[in-house]
Amino acid sequence: MDTVQKYTPGEHPDLKPPIGQTGLLLWLRKNFFSSTFNVVLTLATLYFLYLIIPPLVKWLFVDSVFVADSRAHCRELGTGACWGFIGKRLGQFTYGFYPIEERWRVNLAFVLFIVATLPVLWDKMPWRRNLLWFSLAFPFLAAWLLLGGFGLEPVATDKFGGFMLTMVIGVTGIVVSLPLGILLALGRQSNLHFIRWLCTGFIEFFRGVPLITLLFVASTMLNYFLPPGSTFDLLLRVLIMVSLFSAAYLAEVVRGGLQAIPKGQHEAADAMGLKYWASMRLIVLPQALKISIPGIVNTFIGLFKDSTLVIVIGLLDPLGIGRASLSDATWQGLSTEVYVFIALFFFLCCFGMSRYSIYLENKLHTGHRN
Amino acid sequence: MNLFKYAATAATTLALGISVQANAATLDDIKSAGELKCGISTGVPGFAFTNDAGDWQGFDPAVCQAVAAAVLGDTSKVKYTTTTGKTRFTALSSGEVDMLARNTTWTFSRDTDLKLDFVGVNYYDGQGFMAPVDLGVSSAKELDGASVCIQTGTTTELNLADFFRVNGISYEAVPIETNDEARTNYEAGRCDVYTTDASGLAATRSSFDDPSAHVLMPEIISKEPLGPLVRHGDSEWADVVRWTLNALIAAEELGLTSDNVDQMATGTDNPEINRLLGSEGDLGAMIGLDKAWAWRAIKAVGNYGEIFDRYIGADTPIGLERGINAQWTDGGLLYSPPFR
Repeated sequence: MDTVQKYTPGEHPDLKPPIGQTGLLLWLRKNFFSSTFNVVLTLATLYFLYLIIPPLVKWLFVDSVFVADSRAHCRELGTGACWGFIGKRLGQFTYGFYPIEERWRVNLAFVLFIVATLPVLWDKMPWRRNLLWFSLAFPFLAAWLLLGGFGLEPVATDKFGGFMLTMVIGVTGIVVSLPLGILLALGRQSNLHFIRWLCTGFIEFFRGVPLITLLFVASTMLNYFLPPGSTFDLLLRVLIMVSLFSAAYLAEVVRGGLQAIPKGQHEAADAMGLKYWASMRLIVLPQALKISIPGIVNTFIGLFKDSTLVIVIGLLDPLGIGRASLSDATWQGLSTEVYVFIALFFFLCCFGMSRYSIYLENKLHTGHRN
Repeated sequence: MNLFKYAATAATTLALGISVQANAATLDDIKSAGELKCGISTGVPGFAFTNDAGDWQGFDPAVCQAVAAAVLGDTSKVKYTTTTGKTRFTALSSGEVDMLARNTTWTFSRDTDLKLDFVGVNYYDGQGFMAPVDLGVSSAKELDGASVCIQTGTTTELNLADFFRVNGISYEAVPIETNDEARTNYEAGRCDVYTTDASGLAATRSSFDDPSAHVLMPEIISKEPLGPLVRHGDSEWADVVRWTLNALIAAEELGLTSDNVDQMATGTDNPEINRLLGSEGDLGAMIGLDKAWAWRAIKAVGNYGEIFDRYIGADTPIGLERGINAQWTDGGLLYSPPFR
């Protein structure tokens, strides 16, 4: 009993927690083995992972072939995935039918796209103010780079394809539909009847029609409304349809945000003597858009993935390129590889957008949330 | 689906009023634009595909290339427009493409009601059935109750319904969109039988790890004459495409190949060859082209037999036999009208 006497009452140092009540063991117990039901679930999940992961890894990496000349060649070299096919066709998957000697323009446009997006997305960017001017000019610069003219070799839009086409449709759709959607949302709440009816009609029409129908209209019907002989670029038609479609959805998301702003905010803005646009720009929209971020990004992700629908009107997005490539008799039958590869691309893009949305929500978090 | 077909027909009809005026002289338009706008499919093994370099190749693009060679003198002057089963006819009617060369069956209603002109047949196909050997079926008539993978929106869907109704047997349709999807579904056993054009079945079978584990049923339940087509209202242009195709077929019959056509063009003792290649008479002028039009087409893509062997013949992975697609002199159906 010596040890007990060394401490005055209340001065005894803390003992270590019992084994199993701390660290990894506690975490495991709390999260995986807290009840009989959870134990069963954990073991079942582990078993399923055991069933799935080793063959998957084997197929994806261990037995796969990274360089090959044909499907038969692949099968000689290994039993797993034939990534050699993707490797051989990477240029097609990325650029579609864009002329090989002009592909640097697509690469340059992509690099400039990143330069132009960063100051918009990240407010701590150095020289942000100057770079924002560049962001504003970027759409025109990109159009010039991709389409050519004014000193560059012209490239028709039917050469666009693959991931590049997806990016063009996705980025244009997002850039055009955000301002348009906000305007529509404001218009729908306007006190001017004509504007309100117009915006409501527009939103309800585009939201009530499936995108695939709009694409068919763009590819087949629209030609007939135009004067004969005038050709109106198919890609441009698709871009317009996708943007309008997405703007209609976005307008409703933003309207949700607008309606969450208490009336007092509008009244306060009025009391300060702010005109309509100033009160919207300074008071209402910053709050409304902040609330709408998850919904807006959700719409963007949907739009980005919906761009694959253009295959039904004969534009060759990655899926279309995959289909055309798979028809080559030397490679026929490797569809799994193609779809896994394309899925990876879409996942990376959409996951990136999703993470950015979370970053933005946290940054703008002003404590009104639990 | 039916509603859509009506809509498409209506749209096509509507388009016609405009496009006929706008494209009365397709040949002149092509010559002045310096490019041939050719509608192809989005990918059918052997018939249309992109090679590793990203160029369109195959049995159907070869027709486009031959026409481009005849009219413009250069196979690279084809602007390919990919069309799906749903957009192909409107693309042609609205003038987005000058001709279609994409596995399109020549039918009465397409030729008349849709106001299109089929200029010939470059492949005589027919709908067949493929089943695993394990299924133990040797005739399509024994397929009672089978699940059938079928491409939607095509004539095969209607033929299938007809065949099963006539024979009084039932089936369960597994609708799919593309050949590749069908292949995957069939291989995974989600349908007992896959039905499409026999050429497509052979191509699909060739891509299996063990082709001998699958049999093609002896029944061919439909006639599927596939060929290039143009729109109504410009017979001069239709003539150019028709006779380019005929030139390729006649070239095989006359023994002209891409290798010997240069030598033959200097003159032979066969007057038909001389007329075709332009060393005698001037057939080209009658269709608005120069004397060497057929020579260029044959030189560029080869005769019909060469094209067949290169893309879908017995030595390719597709492995199709000539069958009824042989020359009439070999018991087939290919029969070009005389060049005179």
